Amino acid sequence: MKNQTLHTRYNQRAFKDRIARYFVASGGISVIIAILLIFFYLLYVVVPMFGSADINEEASYAAPGEGRTIHLGLEEQGSIGVRFTDNGHVYFFDTASGKIVLDESLKLPARISSVSSNLDLVVLGLENGSAMAVRYKFDLSYPDDTRTVTPRLEYPLGEEPLVLDESDHALSHIVIQLNEDGAGLAAATDDNRLVSARYLREESFISGEISTELASRSELVLKNPVTSIALTPTLDHLYAAIKGGTLIDYSLDEDGFDGDTTEYQFKHEISRLQLLLGGNSLMVGLDNGEVQQWMSVRKDGGRELAFIRNFHKNQQTVTYIATEQQRKGFAVSDTKGDITLYYSTSQRTLAHINSANAAIKQMAWSARAQNLIVSDARNQIHLYDVHNEYPEISWDVLWGKIWYEGYDEPDYIWQSSASTNDFEPKFSLMPLSFGTIKAAFYAMLFAVPIAILGAMFTAQFMAPRMRQTVKPAIEIMEALPTVILGFLAGLWLAPYVETHLAGIFTLLLILPAGFLLCAWLWGFMPNKSIYEGWEAALLVPVVLFLIWLSMQLSSPIENLFFNGDMRSYMSNEWGLNYDQRNALVVGLIMGFAVIPTIFSIAEDALFSVPQHLVRGSLALGATRWQTMTSVVLPAASPGIFSAVMMGFGRAVGETMIVLMATGNTPLMDMSIFQGMRTLAANLAVEVPEAEVFSTHYRVLFLAALILFLFTFVFNTLAEIIRHRLRKRYSGL
Amino acid sequence: MIAKKTSAWFKSGTPWIWLNAGAIAIALVAVFGLLLLILFRGMSHFWPANVEAFYFENDQNNITIIAEVVESETVPVTTLHNIENIHGNKDGNVTRYLVKTGNRDILGSDFRWIYDIELNKREKPENVMVLERIEWGNFYGYLDSVYENDPNGKRQLVASGEQAWPEFRKRLQRSNDIREQILKLEKGEIGAINYTLERLRLKEKRLRMDGELTDKAAEEIATERKQLKQQYEALLKQTQTLYQKINRDSITATVMDGSTVTIPLEKIIKAWQPNNMSVPGKLNFYVHSLWSFITEDPREANTEGGIFPAIFGTVMMVILMSILVTPFGVIAAVYLREYAKQGALIRIIRIAVNNLAGVPSIVYGVFGLGFFVYFLGGNIDALFFPEALPGPTFGTPGLLWSSLTLALLTLPVVIVATEEGLSRIPKALREGSLALGATKIETLWHVVLPMASPAIMTGLILAVARAAGEVAPLMLVGVVKLAPSLPLDGNFPFMHLDRKFMHLGFHIYDVGFQSPNVEAARPLVYATSFLLVVVIVALNLTAISLRNRLREKYRALDN
Repeated sequence: MKNQTLHTRYNQRAFKDRIARYFVASGGISVIIAILLIFFYLLYVVVPMFGSADINEEASYAAPGEGRTIHLGLEEQGSIGVRFTDNGHVYFFDTASGKIVLDESLKLPARISSVSSNLDLVVLGLENGSAMAVRYKFDLSYPDDTRTVTPRLEYPLGEEPLVLDESDHALSHIVIQLNEDGAGLAAATDDNRLVSARYLREESFISGEISTELASRSELVLKNPVTSIALTPTLDHLYAAIKGGTLIDYSLDEDGFDGDTTEYQFKHEISRLQLLLGGNSLMVGLDNGEVQQWMSVRKDGGRELAFIRNFHKNQQTVTYIATEQQRKGFAVSDTKGDITLYYSTSQRTLAHINSANAAIKQMAWSARAQNLIVSDARNQIHLYDVHNEYPEISWDVLWGKIWYEGYDEPDYIWQSSASTNDFEPKFSLMPLSFGTIKAAFYAMLFAVPIAILGAMFTAQFMAPRMRQTVKPAIEIMEALPTVILGFLAGLWLAPYVETHLAGIFTLLLILPAGFLLCAWLWGFMPNKSIYEGWEAALLVPVVLFLIWLSMQLSSPIENLFFNGDMRSYMSNEWGLNYDQRNALVVGLIMGFAVIPTIFSIAEDALFSVPQHLVRGSLALGATRWQTMTSVVLPAASPGIFSAVMMGFGRAVGETMIVLMATGNTPLMDMSIFQGMRTLAANLAVEVPEAEVFSTHYRVLFLAALILFLFTFVFNTLAEIIRHRLRKRYSGL
Repeated sequence: MIAKKTSAWFKSGTPWIWLNAGAIAIALVAVFGLLLLILFRGMSHFWPANVEAFYFENDQNNITIIAEVVESETVPVTTLHNIENIHGNKDGNVTRYLVKTGNRDILGSDFRWIYDIELNKREKPENVMVLERIEWGNFYGYLDSVYENDPNGKRQLVASGEQAWPEFRKRLQRSNDIREQILKLEKGEIGAINYTLERLRLKEKRLRMDGELTDKAAEEIATERKQLKQQYEALLKQTQTLYQKINRDSITATVMDGSTVTIPLEKIIKAWQPNNMSVPGKLNFYVHSLWSFITEDPREANTEGGIFPAIFGTVMMVILMSILVTPFGVIAAVYLREYAKQGALIRIIRIAVNNLAGVPSIVYGVFGLGFFVYFLGGNIDALFFPEALPGPTFGTPGLLWSSLTLALLTLPVVIVATEEGLSRIPKALREGSLALGATKIETLWHVVLPMASPAIMTGLILAVARAAGEVAPLMLVGVVKLAPSLPLDGNFPFMHLDRKFMHLGFHIYDVGFQSPNVEAARPLVYATSFLLVVVIVALNLTAISLRNRLREKYRALDN
């Protein structure tokens, strides 16, 4: 009986033991997995950014309604399409089925000879030399919680056609740009003339009726026929492509052509001109399938077009360039029916499809570039579904110099957001990485000598009683919240350094000199050996005195050498600009923050050099210093190296100090008197504002991943070196 | 000869040793200098400084400035062009004072510079009075008389001259009592009713979404709502009478430019006459100010008042974090040290865990925001709180996510410390226990873990110290500059894990860098810093002494 209970109890205990084993193992492993999760989740967010785009045909049908398609458009979500035909009809249709929703016919005095568009604004050039601007609108309503789209037409310049060419020649090409006051139009006629006109627009308050008034008109004659034209939104440049591969940039003013022209010769015929979103970039489509991006840049005092980059696929003539409505991407079609998606900033070729097998005539994007509608030479409509969320990113965008719109040369720029819609995001991680390294570098410059020299003294020369208090005191520094250090750096040290700049530099010289002087004077002290090991304590008042002295000397020195103000002297004489929150302040305070990390590890390494080595060296007649440099330091050098690496890792990831003590401007300037923006500070500033899963958000996650990997690798190396060291000592 | 001597001296190494000593001296000066700076600046803020009157002339006008001296500095005349023009001397230095004049509503700014050489006279007027107000910062001036509104709304003189001050003090006590009552009503009871009403609305919406909103349920909700509304009305009436009561008294006072202003007592929090106070009186005042700093809510965009919610938020977050991190950290350490097969893999894992302590905290913040807030929180919302959507419940930064993120951040600290503790326990003890027939878990539970508990405590304390000072990740996962309510209150379910909270460290960042009036807020930031430093240094010292005791203990066992 008793045996039985014992047996059961034993079983129970064994069972409990097994359960505990599983519990602990699963718990332990899951904690390790949770830690790994950090890495994998960051990776999971980052990876989709580097994938390519995806384009699929969703529907294909004969063009709804009569006539030949001359222009296409899409509603914001791509559910309703619009088709302008050569017989003056505007058909709105359901894009999935091709069923006509609304059929409007335009009242035109003559046949249509040309067309172009600017988002939802379409301008039609007629055979009698006049033009008509039409805008298609989609009104949204939500009866019974279903999205209902009601299309309609609008006439922003009135329903009367505008007479552009007074000699009544057919307009072979036409372009329009609207602004607040009215509109600018430009056209090419079938007798090789270019016409430019500006209209003022007035809307009656009472009836809402629109009246237009001609403000100016001018024209000039060309030798060859025009193949394509483009007009900038600012109405000051008209680009015309002429047969023979010539691109002419005509400068315009209030009254039309001002006589200023520049010619650019291409090796191939230009088949298509198109301005990218924002109107800063001119895309030039050639008959060899190449598309070139040109931008107006400052050069030798004037402005001229410069070749930025090109996009190339095959040898087919470019037939149409459709630009995205919210980004700097575009689709290019050719005579064989190929459609290719590109992105300008990243110079990426994102996707490619050919399902029409006939020359593509027109294309149009939906607002968010999720749908592309296409019409081909057989009057067939194709609807494509596009997944293209992160075209902005490429290796070059992140790490290379990129020629952005509005800049005069390629540069590294970080500027993730702006107030305007047609803004080109600039995601170069270079300035941020540079700032990170710069901040860490200056911090190390200050921290490494103090920490390592201090560790040498503490480990080998300091009296044991003093060491017992000094070591924890410095280690407690490590626990000081960096937000406090950052606050002191930004609000106390930065203004102080600014007014005592000369004093700070004096201090750097005066401190070592002062220590040497003390050492020399100490030599005359009788029975000094009882103070051996307490030198550091003796020097504390000296340090205080020297700090006080150099601060007192600060303004006399500035008066003597720098005309009273070192900052303005530096900027006038040496061209060094001074930011109040600069690398010097960051270096001092962040140096202060990493000193304990370096000190603690280096001191451990130096202290754990076996005593018999030290004693042996001393017994052989070496001085204390000789023992230090030739026995202790070599033995502990891997430990010191790993201490420096750890310190560097900490400086790289430090957030609050740099956030508070720098101006957070992403500059690439190594000057000690300039601020910087680091990866970590950038994360703290921008992550809360980034739209979830946008490109910006993912780039920030990439920055976090870089920080993670960087510090992880650095620390691992340091750790491995330290392990090696420990093994070596255990052998001794 | 001298050159030879010098080179011999350098060869002896003595100067280099002194240079090394100098480095450690610099480090020590930096550490203690910094701590003393924070201590001094933080603690001097609450001392009722004397208020001085400065007299000087300017274009035939006599000007008086009544102010506290905040700091003084000596600057060369050459940098001050305006002074040079006035006085003609180009050399030498002038002393200038940064003084706090208060009266922001009248003067536009709290601070101004005064130059020594312009001064005619400087004195400490006896009866100058300082008021701490609800709005516009401090007031400096002379008390004239005390007034009271009679029931008809007419202002009647109650006291003036000598009697004014004691009468004012008495009435200030009364108005402060009433304000406290109002606050209690508004924040406590009315807040609770609003909270219940909101929950009721969500409950109704949830029932409707699930198609379970029967007529009976709807009726129940309606009656409950009606009751609450009635209670609300009653409480509102109560506060209104209190407001009438608090509006009764007012004072008039003379400002430094000679004009008289009227200040209602409801706008005044505290009044004192610093130049009349004795040292014990000042000490008493100091302790009271310090106490109210710790226990009161902030005012005026955090630049005035106390920091209680920040302290509370920090403590709550740290406690939650400790609850999360301790079991996981200990289990992981026990697994790594006691159960896992010691091999290359475990060594790699150990190094990896060790190094996670060195990964920048902001990376944890980014992970916390992406994974906890958007992924976990978003899914929790979709599953359990669809009625509140599109307003997020857990899909937004909050207390729970902050604690979890910091738990992850401090996990390596706990694991490393616990492992170290486990490895220090002599093998003989374990073997003894096993030899006596105990199973592995029994050995662990009754012998090993109790002996390792100081190590676990050390790890936990270090984790807490790190978490309390960490700001960067919290900026992403849950801290706000001003939280409307505490994460713990009297409303069911009492603990609101989804709420955002305030934090001491973030408070320092926010007030020091994002407040409109940094100069006025600076002493407060120093005081907050000091508090944070004290907490963290104390925690660390505890951890260090625990660690040392632990080492001593096992050293004895080893022998």
